[in-house]
Amino acid sequence: MTEPPAAIRLDRVSKAFGSFRVLDDVSLRIPRGRATVVLGRSGTGKSVTLRHIVGLLQPDAGRVFVDDVEITALSPSALAEVRQRIGFLFQNAALFDSITVAENVAFPMRRHTTLSDGEVRARALEKLAAVGLARAAESMPGSLSGGMRKRAGLARAMALDPAILLVDEPSAGLDPVTSEEIDDLLVALKHQRGTTLVVVTHNIPSARRIADTMVFLHEGRVLASGTAADLERCEHELVRKFMQSEAGG
Amino acid sequence: MPGFVRTVVVSRLASGGRAMIFAGRALREIFRPPFEFQETARQVYELGWRSLPLIAAAGYAVGIVMSMHTRASLERFGAEALVPAVLALALVRETGPLVVGLLVSGRVGAGVGAELGAMKVTEQIDALEAVAVDSFKFLVVTRVVACMIAMPILTAVMNITGIIGGWTAESAVSGMPFETYFRTAFSLVQFTDYVPGTLKTMVFGFIIAVTASYLGVHTSGGTQGVGYAATRSVVTASILMIAANVVLVRLIFFIFPETAE
Repeated sequence: MTEPPAAIRLDRVSKAFGSFRVLDDVSLRIPRGRATVVLGRSGTGKSVTLRHIVGLLQPDAGRVFVDDVEITALSPSALAEVRQRIGFLFQNAALFDSITVAENVAFPMRRHTTLSDGEVRARALEKLAAVGLARAAESMPGSLSGGMRKRAGLARAMALDPAILLVDEPSAGLDPVTSEEIDDLLVALKHQRGTTLVVVTHNIPSARRIADTMVFLHEGRVLASGTAADLERCEHELVRKFMQSEAGG
Repeated sequence: MPGFVRTVVVSRLASGGRAMIFAGRALREIFRPPFEFQETARQVYELGWRSLPLIAAAGYAVGIVMSMHTRASLERFGAEALVPAVLALALVRETGPLVVGLLVSGRVGAGVGAELGAMKVTEQIDALEAVAVDSFKFLVVTRVVACMIAMPILTAVMNITGIIGGWTAESAVSGMPFETYFRTAFSLVQFTDYVPGTLKTMVFGFIIAVTASYLGVHTSGGTQGVGYAATRSVVTASILMIAANVVLVRLIFFIFPETAE
């Protein structure tokens, strides 16, 4: 089977905050229309990797490509165009807390589409229904639980039907059933719309459900990559332990 | 120079330089599309319209106090008839713009500093960028423009309510009718007294909004950082505004020499 073209490429990316080197010469290739799960212990640069892909962080060295466009060299307006093709679920959801949940989801559509008010509203409710939050549409983000905020954030990330969806810890704060539903939703997006998924998670069962490919980051470097089976057979004990430790859920 | 002093001085200068670049960018972006009309209008409502009760109440109180002081001073020279005109002149030229500046600096400076600070620490600013919205234009430029629009209007309100307050105090003492008071008050006020004083409040608005926005979007350190941002916004904006006022008054005297008479 031939490998699909790359949707995202990181080419020898390094990033440090002060003296702390978070990413150290990281090269990654994320195939289009596939699900790549980024694993690793806390503080190993997983979220920082996602932030580089959407251009929220600039690497100290190296280059980031999205659909073969080097985003590290783009003007702000050109970068904004690329960002319209990317949905990003933040680790803490980062909902706009002064507007309702429905308006949060509608916000990207109001900014970047010519849809009528009614169409925007209908689509926002459709996205919220997909994550099981239709009844919370008129709630303010501050009144939602952590898991509900996460799902609302996912609905907002899906608002523009992005070709690439970056998801930071989708299972955090969710009960196992909802977590599984979100995983199923992500997999359905990949199959039905051909969405490229990059998912950061610590949840191994969730990773197994979602991933076509897994990447294991450790101390700012890619320690291992491949399928779940490849990582289970990996020469590095840390990777094997990580895969086994939560294998049962 | 001891090492730590040098470090502090260099750090302060660097911070000042970054703030200047931020202010320059804000000024430039005001005139560059896309223009966020809807959000700017919302901010005019939030920053301007919602400041109206405070400004009107403060203006009325300031007018009463100024009238009492002015009357006490002018009585010594038997010039009580000049109370309305002196009060109006003082209000329009200096007191109105400066008091509005300080009040807005307190209300809006703290509000903008805290709001943007909270958005920063909860990643809402990053979320705006992630949905392909220029956060600088959407959050900073809209507030700067709104503040620059609102300030002259609020100053006009302050001036009018101040004169009404002055009349209230004066009528209690001398029973002067409102129409007479109003006519006398504006007998000495010229175009060159009113316009420069009111327009300089646009500069105050720029200073307040830019300072609060800069400190807000550079907030770090969680909720404590948000608190610092709010407090520092008020203090820094007030000091900068007072310092700018000195320069602006000198500039107004230079451009409109008759106002110095």
